[in-house]
Amino acid sequence: MDEDFIPVSRRGILAGGVATATIATAPASAQDSPQDRPPPSATTRLKVNGRTMTLTVDTRTTLLDALREHAHLTGAKKGCDHGQCGACTVLVAGRRINSCLTLAAMHDGDEITTIEGLGRPDDLHPLQAAFVAHDSYQCGYCTPGQICSAAGMLAELKAGVPSHVSADLDDPRATADEVRERMSGNICRCGAYSNIIEAISEVGGIKA
Amino acid sequence: MKFDSPATTNPIDRLKVVGKPIDRIDGKLKTTGTAPYAYERNDVAPNAAYGYILGASIAKGRITSLDVSAAKRAPGVIAVVTYQNAGKLAKAKAHTARLLAGPEVQHFDQAVAIVVAETFEQARDASRRIKVRYAATKGAYDLAVAIKTAQKPAPNPDAGADKPDTAVGDFAGAFAKASVQLDETYTTPDQCHAMMEPHATTAAWEGDKLTVWTSNQMIAWAVRDLTETLLIPKENVRVISPYIGGGFGSKLWIRADALAAILGARAAGRPVKVALARTQIFNNTTHRPATIQRIRIGCGPDGRIAAIGHESWSGDLPGGGPETAANQTRLLYAGENRMTAHRLAVLDLPEGNAMRAPGEAPGLMALEIAMDELAEKLKIDPVELRIRNDVQYDPEAGPKRPFSHRDLIGCLRTGAQRFGWDKRSATPGRVRDGRWLVGLGMAAAFRNNISMTSAARVGIDRKGVVTVATDMTDIGTGSYTVIAQTAAEMMGVDVEKVVVLLGDSSFPASSGSGGQWGGNSASSGVYAACVKLREALARKAGFDPATAVFDDGKIRSGNKSATLAELAGDAGLSAEDTIEFEGLDKAYAQSTFGAHFVEAGVDAQTGEIRVRRMGGAFAAGRILNPKSARSQVIGAMTMGVGAALMEEAVVDKRYGCFINHDMAGYEVPVHADIPHQDVVFLDEVDDKSSPLKAKGVGELGICGVGAAVANAVYNACGVRVREYPITLDKILAGWAKV
Ligand code: FES
Ligand code: FES
Repeated sequence: MDEDFIPVSRRGILAGGVATATIATAPASAQDSPQDRPPPSATTRLKVNGRTMTLTVDTRTTLLDALREHAHLTGAKKGCDHGQCGACTVLVAGRRINSCLTLAAMHDGDEITTIEGLGRPDDLHPLQAAFVAHDSYQCGYCTPGQICSAAGMLAELKAGVPSHVSADLDDPRATADEVRERMSGNICRCGAYSNIIEAISEVGGIKA
Repeated sequence: MKFDSPATTNPIDRLKVVGKPIDRIDGKLKTTGTAPYAYERNDVAPNAAYGYILGASIAKGRITSLDVSAAKRAPGVIAVVTYQNAGKLAKAKAHTARLLAGPEVQHFDQAVAIVVAETFEQARDASRRIKVRYAATKGAYDLAVAIKTAQKPAPNPDAGADKPDTAVGDFAGAFAKASVQLDETYTTPDQCHAMMEPHATTAAWEGDKLTVWTSNQMIAWAVRDLTETLLIPKENVRVISPYIGGGFGSKLWIRADALAAILGARAAGRPVKVALARTQIFNNTTHRPATIQRIRIGCGPDGRIAAIGHESWSGDLPGGGPETAANQTRLLYAGENRMTAHRLAVLDLPEGNAMRAPGEAPGLMALEIAMDELAEKLKIDPVELRIRNDVQYDPEAGPKRPFSHRDLIGCLRTGAQRFGWDKRSATPGRVRDGRWLVGLGMAAAFRNNISMTSAARVGIDRKGVVTVATDMTDIGTGSYTVIAQTAAEMMGVDVEKVVVLLGDSSFPASSGSGGQWGGNSASSGVYAACVKLREALARKAGFDPATAVFDDGKIRSGNKSATLAELAGDAGLSAEDTIEFEGLDKAYAQSTFGAHFVEAGVDAQTGEIRVRRMGGAFAAGRILNPKSARSQVIGAMTMGVGAALMEEAVVDKRYGCFINHDMAGYEVPVHADIPHQDVVFLDEVDDKSSPLKAKGVGELGICGVGAAVANAVYNACGVRVREYPITLDKILAGWAKV
């Protein structure tokens, strides 16, 4: 390694997780070290789309991976796994949540609604139908998250929950700008925003 | 079918289905979460194990030691694959860097190891127990420095870079003589596709037969590149990609997820699935390379261009290619004396490659600011300046090579009128709305139209159901739907009677999705196959294929008719053909055109920038489905706003990586950034582009829009920023200078 090139101590900090691979300190011969034992798992009862399911999964399993990989409900998408994109949005007790940012084990007994629970291809939820009619998607990967988020968001608006752009915090108006603000946690890289707002506005009775 | 002379009247011209804004036929699956993407194939690989990639933590150098013992011992781990046990692999010609590092490391986050485990959590955890030691060598990461040693790149016709340089007339002489001169340099940063679905693959071996379900835009290329990488025969590889969560060029070629899943599956003896973690995508895969562009334009007081020169510098790994940012300047505006040049520096950053409208997207970000600056010098309206410099032929080749169809002027006029351009104040900083300084800006849109060979098979069964099979992909572009419309129109059936099967290498090879060629080329391939099927049905009915009419599920000739269903019979009928485009793209310049208009607000105190209104008019031949085509354009406009205002993969020049490698650090537009977008298509057909008389539209919308935003920002606040992205710190610095 060039002396003048990488101050090693800084690199560990700056390059973060990737560099830690080079300095990982697992004891080489510790066959019975705690790290080599099976990870703890937890049994969690989830009520997903009205159906109770009992999952025994690694405690590191996110709600998103519990749904996708264990319940095989792949409608919720993994776009970033870091709470940065909204593709994994589902409803927990009616409220939107980034399911990648929460562990399955934290939801024992919770009622969860995924995109599959909102509607089916032969029985679309009004938001799903409006998304089709307004072409509010392209690749479709952000779409389940957008729709779940919209369902939760419309309920928040109805309940009078204010947002950053509400002129009156006690009485937020249902406007297109409110919808844009409240939907901004759901990224659509295909850029269907203009059409998504139209679909949500139609269902929510909001003047676009 | 050869397409070598202009299209005449054909069944598509009936426009009963084609040209209608029908809803996407895959819409119900996408909105209900039931469209299966590559990582979600429990239907075909229910026992898939989980693969996780460990990437290199240096940008350049060698692996000096690899210790995987702790990873192998970790709970749930089935296999660990590195270059030491991967078997013989080669680099596919289409890849600049290898997909698996070792012992050489070519870029940051190049895959070093694949861990396969029973669960995702176990695989991820175990990947961090691998101990890798590197000997790093010094690399080149700074384009501004590297351009000093930049070279003229070798021609690469496959990448649309057939000539690095062009020159016509006497550019230097004419520029020197011009009474009005513009000579400015612009920069665009590295950008990332950031499609929402991470690269993902499920792979399964059965003996020596390999099946990969992967997120890929170009199925035939994927087969080719897998064959070259794995050194196995083509017959042993099947690639399946029915749904793709966005690509934008990032999924034109197979990436490390595919190789990792394949090697992992071989080592584990069972199917394996791998998705790149979002944080890996930025450095592990490709990006749009940064550019430095110098533009010189000389003209007289009337604004007619006498000399135009565009030079672009970019960098890539050894063996890579340039960002062809000067290409559009060869075709867009008139001028007797012209030059373009591309220079390529060696950089040891991750592989640079195509991102939506490679060349034109960054090229127009520069050129269309330059035109705005020129208009201001001339005191000519920016729309008028562009109209004055319209040219109806390839200005490098001369009148002998006309455009197949060019209505840039129509786009400029229609767009200006719809947007209310006449209300613009030519002097910046004059319009105020509360705390906002408000400005209007515009730019021309231009993207070449490319046509690609494309095949399809079309069959009809005893129920009259038409099934189309082609390896074409739908990356959000609407391929399923426009192909269904094409087949419905050709066969005279309702669109509900058409089944479209895409994205499988066992189907005839299509154009694939890239370079905005997919919609037009692939539906032309379907057209060709339908012509053959019509002939077969007509012959079976005893009718003259040339005059038989297909309508309402029937074939008619004079007063005789038969249903397609009964002609198909129990055995059914099918036909396959390929469209091959020959000659017309040489004889004619084929391009798509548009005009973007933007209203921007700049906070008078903080310099914060908001896009308040957007609109545009576009000309791209026949629009096969105005609804999905409009979505392509608004999506591209949105990505262009990102390019203008926020997107920059920031190079850590010490360590040779993109440091903001996630969706929080690499900012893309969100809902609150994008206003309603007004998009109109000019009603036109281009008989020289294809039998459908359509052209590409998937990338046109991103071309020029960044400059329209930049020009609106300038018009709002009087600060001309020539280094993208235009962020508030640059506005504040500009004000400080005034
Ligand atoms: S996957 Fe959860 S926010 Fe991106
Ligand atoms: S539809 Fe592709 S990301 Fe939104």
